[in-house]
Amino acid sequence: MREIVFAGMRLEAQPSGALWWPDEGALIVADLHLGKSARMARRGGALLPPFESLDTVARLEAEVARLGPRRLISLGDAFDDDIAANEIAPEIADRLAALTQRPETIWIAGNHDPVGLGRAVAEMPLGPFTLRHIAGQGPDISGHFHPKARLARRSYRAFLVGAHHLILPAFGTYTGGLDCDGPELRALVGPGIAVLTGPGMPMRPIGQSAARQSR
Amino acid sequence: MPDTRRDPCLPPRFVDWFAGRGWQPHAHQLAVLGARGDTLLIAPTGGGKTLAGFLPALVDLVDRHEGLHTLYVSPLKALSKDIARNLRAPVEEIGLDLRIEDRTGDTSATQRRRQRVDPPQILLTTPESLALMLSYPEAPKIFAGLRRVVLDEIHALAESKRGDQLMLGVARLRRLAPGLTVTGLSATVEAPQALANFMGGAQVIEADPGPAPDIAMLPTATPAPWAGGGGRHAARDVMTAIEGARLSLVFLNTRAQAELFFQALWEVNDKALPIGLHHGSLSREARHKVEEAMASGALRAVVCTGSLDLGLDWGDVDLVLQVGAPKNVKRLVQRIGRANHRYDEPSRARIVPANRFEVVECAAALDAVREGDLDGGGRRWRGPLDVLCQHILLTACAGPFEANALYEELRGAGPYAGLPRADFDDCLQFCATGGYALRAYDRWQRLLERDGKWQLRDPRTARDLRMNIGTITESEKLKVRRKSRRGGMPLGEVEEGFAASLTPGDTFLIGGQVVRYEGLREMVVEVTDAAKREPKIAVFSGLKMAMSLELSQRVQRLIASPEDWDALPPDTRDWLTLQARISTLPRPGTLTCETFLRGGRAFFCLYGFAGRNAHQTLGLLLTHRMERAGLGPLGFVATDYALLIWSIDPVEDPAPLLSAEGLREGLRDWLEGNAVMKRAFRSVATIAGLIQRNLPGQRKSGRQATFSSDILYDTLRRYDPDHLLLRITREEAARGLVDFERIEEMLAQTREIVHVRAPHVTPLAAPLLLEHGQVGIRGGTGEARLMEREAEAMMREAGLA
Repeated sequence: MREIVFAGMRLEAQPSGALWWPDEGALIVADLHLGKSARMARRGGALLPPFESLDTVARLEAEVARLGPRRLISLGDAFDDDIAANEIAPEIADRLAALTQRPETIWIAGNHDPVGLGRAVAEMPLGPFTLRHIAGQGPDISGHFHPKARLARRSYRAFLVGAHHLILPAFGTYTGGLDCDGPELRALVGPGIAVLTGPGMPMRPIGQSAARQSR
Repeated sequence: MPDTRRDPCLPPRFVDWFAGRGWQPHAHQLAVLGARGDTLLIAPTGGGKTLAGFLPALVDLVDRHEGLHTLYVSPLKALSKDIARNLRAPVEEIGLDLRIEDRTGDTSATQRRRQRVDPPQILLTTPESLALMLSYPEAPKIFAGLRRVVLDEIHALAESKRGDQLMLGVARLRRLAPGLTVTGLSATVEAPQALANFMGGAQVIEADPGPAPDIAMLPTATPAPWAGGGGRHAARDVMTAIEGARLSLVFLNTRAQAELFFQALWEVNDKALPIGLHHGSLSREARHKVEEAMASGALRAVVCTGSLDLGLDWGDVDLVLQVGAPKNVKRLVQRIGRANHRYDEPSRARIVPANRFEVVECAAALDAVREGDLDGGGRRWRGPLDVLCQHILLTACAGPFEANALYEELRGAGPYAGLPRADFDDCLQFCATGGYALRAYDRWQRLLERDGKWQLRDPRTARDLRMNIGTITESEKLKVRRKSRRGGMPLGEVEEGFAASLTPGDTFLIGGQVVRYEGLREMVVEVTDAAKREPKIAVFSGLKMAMSLELSQRVQRLIASPEDWDALPPDTRDWLTLQARISTLPRPGTLTCETFLRGGRAFFCLYGFAGRNAHQTLGLLLTHRMERAGLGPLGFVATDYALLIWSIDPVEDPAPLLSAEGLREGLRDWLEGNAVMKRAFRSVATIAGLIQRNLPGQRKSGRQATFSSDILYDTLRRYDPDHLLLRITREEAARGLVDFERIEEMLAQTREIVHVRAPHVTPLAAPLLLEHGQVGIRGGTGEARLMEREAEAMMREAGLA
């Protein structure tokens, strides 16, 4: 766990890639991309090991069991697409239903799953922030980019914390990533900090010249 | 030599042609011609091997043949080009009415289409292009009249999965064209019969090996450096040797080294001799230019890598220079064979060791050549199943097939002769459903069985499957172009990992020029000319060659025997003497370890002489044990002769670390989680069609790049540990990559562990510090401690801490 102060609030980045807000009892995850392997198969692509939804849900269950949130918030792209949401395996659907029974669960719509499950909303205010899928008017907490950061020559999923945006890493098991030192994320986040999900959850600066040395 | 005038097989036109050239057919050429059934010809380069392979076809083609008659397959596109050129002369002179064309990845789409409609009599191709041709529904029509197949450089193909794929293709050809005759052509190998079995059985014909080569180390004015590769110290000596020869081939072991050496040569090329550069990262245009200049006699030397390694028929070459140790005696002998194609004269070759360790290696290799002691074949067990999976999918691309018929057919391929039906069924299941314990894809199967025949569910997937053809799984390459408004000149390609390490302004070498990295645009590395002479980043990774076991053992014996050091230059003797003084000489029967501190890290060096793969495995196992002991291992590097590990805290006593039981215990559980296995899995998964090969141009913008195969590996391991691809990965690792048997053998032969606490880095260990291919330890305490350190430094620098 690594504490982050963003817009004056104390938040905790978890090694799993989830964000925990103790004062609000809120567990926030981004980009579960459930049903990804099924979508690829449907499109005639490779038949990837069909266990990623199971794995993603199992890891989410573990976080909920450990932290006991009052609210569970998905920042969009919970499903890889609408068909994935409709065709989800019964076992996964049951476990998701059980999982979202206790905490109040809010599904924010993503670009992959505009509909999503249950109460899908475009965005929601929470404390001083807006929670949404893609970063907009700050301060906001969002996902979408699947950020990764390099340190000591290696790349890890990372939380990016800038002056206006906090961007979560993708929580889903089959999700690639975008380097935080690339132009797109540098421009969006500006100078700030990356919190890596690797051992010890170290922090490193982003959006500054020193970031070049991380290669 | 038999009297050719009375040879019953050779028609008069051919006899006259030989005579007109002042030649006589070699005995082995006539033997191949006269043989019934499949043959394997073993002959040194320059023995007219290629002509021997084609002679039966040419004699047959005296009578006009409609459609494809002979298919020639070689490992290299360049070889096809060259053969096409060399065959045209005799065909014209003998007056045969036939077309010779090549078909490789470089052949234009128009040409390919035409070849499918109207194939030439002789088609020259590669294993991958053959696999592609066989995947088209027209294959039965194209190959129905095929009479002969010539497999060139089959010794090289047999060492890799390309050979397995080729033999599956040949088995298909045998079914499409019953009565087909196959001729294999091979350079000198240790075990010809094994190679014949690989072909599915063939009569072995061995040519007279010719006179012993004239081979020695090239004396240099400056001694070889302590460490490093590249041999730049010898540039002037090599230049002098080139001046004294008509045409020289200068071999280097990696592309980067070839680039650097080419530059170094030009710096001392006072007479401005025409010297070219040829390696696999150069653009096709650049390579062709050099090949043609060389064939026309316009060049005095070519600096090259393995891309020129296989029998290009360049008879004018009279000197081979090998810069850097040859790593493998057989390869050295084959390279020497490039020189001087006049069969009855000895080949001339000079070796230029790039550093002092390589001096020892070269001396040992020279001994081995003189004694005719070739390295063992290294031919693997049985046909790998990932290649079989690819074959099954490509078979489905060509049309519906019956499982039984396919199984029978592919058992005609040597590597798959003993394939158990259960393995075949597993592969078929994998291709159809993914073969997972969880049946998730019933609606989305790749292959469906309808009316007893298997076929693609969605015929459009054939395109993707064809894109994935091949068994070479190097990392993705990016094109390098000179930046210009009109999409500049292609210079060559670099590996994606290398491109990712560049920052605008960095300079590096390609095509013999120093260029400046400007940026990445649409998966093309854009560069401008750099004024600077010295590239900032000199190295891009090439294939790393492993030293054969036989050679590494010879090296160990030589190091341990000061009485044999007469063969070594004085500076090398001094180097070993210094090693003996500062530390000790590793002797056979002992396992010598050194520990020393350097740059805030503790180093542990072990001289196992067990080969790179075994050392790599040992590195993985030992670092795991060091992690448990709290030493904070950070990484290691393995070479053919030693293993170097670095950690936060030093190893005090190596003996308990090296206990065989302890190592064995850790093997299965832990090895599966390591980077080497993941690398093996990536390759297996790509070949078997689970991961689509990334092809230039059809890649996504990269915003959400594909997730790594490591995630697939971890997921399978957790949820489906007996999955076919994990079984294949384990099997490969156990035999090749992991090579645990060699570790056991090494430990069994160890009577004593010698541990030296050296005051600083030792002469023998120094080269290891400069080795590439370091493996980092992930997720350990060492990593966390190191990350903390680095993160702190960055935060401080950014003024944040």
